[in-house]
Amino acid sequence: MKAFISCKVLDFPGGKVVFSPEMRFLSESPSVYSQCYRVLDDNGQLISHSNFVPVSEEVAVKMYSNMVTLQTLDTIFYEAQRQGRISFYVTSIGEEAINIASAAALTSDDIVFPQYREPGVLLWRGFTLQEFANQCFGNKADYGKGRQMPIHYGSNKLNYFTVASTIATQIPHAVGAAYSLKMDKKDACAVTYFGDGGTSEGDFHAAMNFAAVTESPVIFICRNNGWAISTPTSDQFRSDGIAVRGQAYGVRSIRVDGNDALAMYSAVHSARQMAVNEHRPILIEAVTYRVGHHSTSDDSTKYRPANEIEWWRMARDPVTRFRMWIEINGWWGSEAESQLRSSIRSQLLHAIQIAERAEKPPVNDLFTDVYDYIPSNLREQEKLLKETINRHPKDYPADVPI
Amino acid sequence: MAAIFQGVGAAAALSSSPSNSFDSKKFVSSPCRSFSVRKGASFAVVRSDGRVNLNPKSRRAQQLISNAVATKSDSAAASSSSKPGHELLLFEALQEGLEEEMERDPHVCVMGEDVGHYGGSYKVTKGLAKKFGDLRVLDTPIAENSFTGMGIGAAMTGLRPVVEGMNMGFLLLAFNQISNNCGMLHYTSGGQFTIPIVIRGPGGVGRQLGAEHSQRLESYLQSIPGIQMVACSTPYNAKGLMKAAIRSENPVILFEHVLLYNLKERIPDEDYICNLEEAEMVRPGEHVTILTYSRMRYHVMQAAKTLVNKGYDPEIIDIRSLKPFDLYTIGNSVKKTHHVLIVEECMRTGGVGASLTAAITENFNDYLDAPIMCLSSQDVPTPYAGTLEEVTIVQPAQIVKAVEQLCQ
Repeated sequence: MKAFISCKVLDFPGGKVVFSPEMRFLSESPSVYSQCYRVLDDNGQLISHSNFVPVSEEVAVKMYSNMVTLQTLDTIFYEAQRQGRISFYVTSIGEEAINIASAAALTSDDIVFPQYREPGVLLWRGFTLQEFANQCFGNKADYGKGRQMPIHYGSNKLNYFTVASTIATQIPHAVGAAYSLKMDKKDACAVTYFGDGGTSEGDFHAAMNFAAVTESPVIFICRNNGWAISTPTSDQFRSDGIAVRGQAYGVRSIRVDGNDALAMYSAVHSARQMAVNEHRPILIEAVTYRVGHHSTSDDSTKYRPANEIEWWRMARDPVTRFRMWIEINGWWGSEAESQLRSSIRSQLLHAIQIAERAEKPPVNDLFTDVYDYIPSNLREQEKLLKETINRHPKDYPADVPI
Repeated sequence: MAAIFQGVGAAAALSSSPSNSFDSKKFVSSPCRSFSVRKGASFAVVRSDGRVNLNPKSRRAQQLISNAVATKSDSAAASSSSKPGHELLLFEALQEGLEEEMERDPHVCVMGEDVGHYGGSYKVTKGLAKKFGDLRVLDTPIAENSFTGMGIGAAMTGLRPVVEGMNMGFLLLAFNQISNNCGMLHYTSGGQFTIPIVIRGPGGVGRQLGAEHSQRLESYLQSIPGIQMVACSTPYNAKGLMKAAIRSENPVILFEHVLLYNLKERIPDEDYICNLEEAEMVRPGEHVTILTYSRMRYHVMQAAKTLVNKGYDPEIIDIRSLKPFDLYTIGNSVKKTHHVLIVEECMRTGGVGASLTAAITENFNDYLDAPIMCLSSQDVPTPYAGTLEEVTIVQPAQIVKAVEQLCQ
């Protein structure tokens, strides 16, 4: 303590500041990378001295089944796009643990604000394979009434806010929703997901700041998967990842191995408790790897080596890793595995067939929901369009109802 | 920065004393208005065609009056038969409307910079933080994109936020949120999520505020589908539009003007709202239809005095609803006068006047005896020098000259 005798403490609006005559700049990077929380090793074995939130056999098996379902869903829909049956698709391959484990640790009252690589959260909450297919095919049964691109799911009954293509705009939405939950004193929090690229947007910065200042119960989950389309994280930011930024805003944070389903579950579970009970925001950086391409409009072998992708797909697959853990516990076996996979596959193919044949939304739906009631100018435009279609029916698709 | 400016034109010059009495002659069946009644609304709406829609569940049906049309003939009857009302300034009217809505519905909340204990840079939120607490009147950090986004997220979860842009120009930072999310999400979610948000703030050219603080955001925002835009111009319609905007299920952008905050008027004591989609008949006439809104209304009124002395009879309509246009009121006027002059503060290119010209030409071309004239500001950033700034705004003399030219 003697070294501090020459230091003074003065009051500033920001707080009591300790002074020092020694000029020292804060380093631009920490001496060691911020540590990453993981519980299962690469072979699915529990690391000794690990602390984690235990999961029951039922929950663990449900988590695993959902991860397999998500993986299969992605594979089949991706193929469907390649076959020209749907126009676009975005896979979440490699991020199944983040999707499912985080969803499992939340309650159904928690409001989710996704980016677009989190369909697993919706899957966990009960969105059916048919509902996924309907949205991707944009048919009449789509809750979005065919107005959004594929994978832009939304379900107000499952508290999953409709995906918007814009990056990071959902982050301040989550803070607003959390603020609303706090005002209503609800036992729930808001959760928002975004990628490493999304943290560069201004909306991320201001939302983090706001969440801290307004003391809102919101969980920020960053899927740091190493790539923003073709931009690697080294071109995205120079900070040591995302978790370290939390302190800059006054937000508690943690870095987690995103491919470790058990660690993700524990982190989100604890984060939720802190958020709801203490009215504070929490930032979780889940490090992972984007195994798939950015979307079906991208070929990532153009900017990263194919063997790197293969390695992450096989050796670091989060689904396999969790499978090993549940098998060690005696909760799963190879027969259950093959049964599950073939069942999901056939369900999916069936759902796709039905969705493909279903009727498309009528032209009427072009004009509804712009406002709560259709105003006169839109009615006029609708009339004009219908007249044109009636006059030149050959120029318009015959299978789209009016 | 937060200087209070004197309103242009004395309040006494306003001929828009609203009629609060029900004129039984108006209760004749008229062509159906296109906008349907908001289901579940708990107020009676008297529209300008005189039809009344009452929600039988409403307890306040008798008290609440919505009156967009202020006509000269009614004003004499109104002042003697209606309650005296109370006098206040425009910013106080906005504050009163906001306070009443916050009392009426606990979900209404306010977010913006300096809206809390400071009371807002134009004092529209004065006293609200003290009355309703910090949670309902939120002081935000300086991040317009984010607090607008926050408002959208809060609106989608059941709150009814009123987001204040300290100056409309600052909301350019929130354009992404307003266009891509606010206007869009009700549609892209298939109607699952509503965004009943109100975004408001002062805009327009003030007294030497500089180019960045003199933006006319209605030009840029008018194209966004899914939002409604209204501009207030008197304490009466300011309060009425504020209340209607808060109650609307759609996102509404309420444009106020920096120079109109100190306008004084006597407004009714009883609860009332103004219909969001209706234009206001300021002065009925026969010779020419002058369409205007916000501050330019007062320049037009001033020009009207000169015009009347010269023998002209202009019909002046404050369009109030910038998106969508009230083509019913406007159309009826065009069919009567056959001459149209638009007076706006927007720039020539891509302003509200440009859209209005197109809309009238498309719909009422057969009724026009002359091409539509549109007086706007020039396509220049607003200069700081007072003399230069004055020249960028349409002045009464220009309006007189335009009418003379139009009615040759």
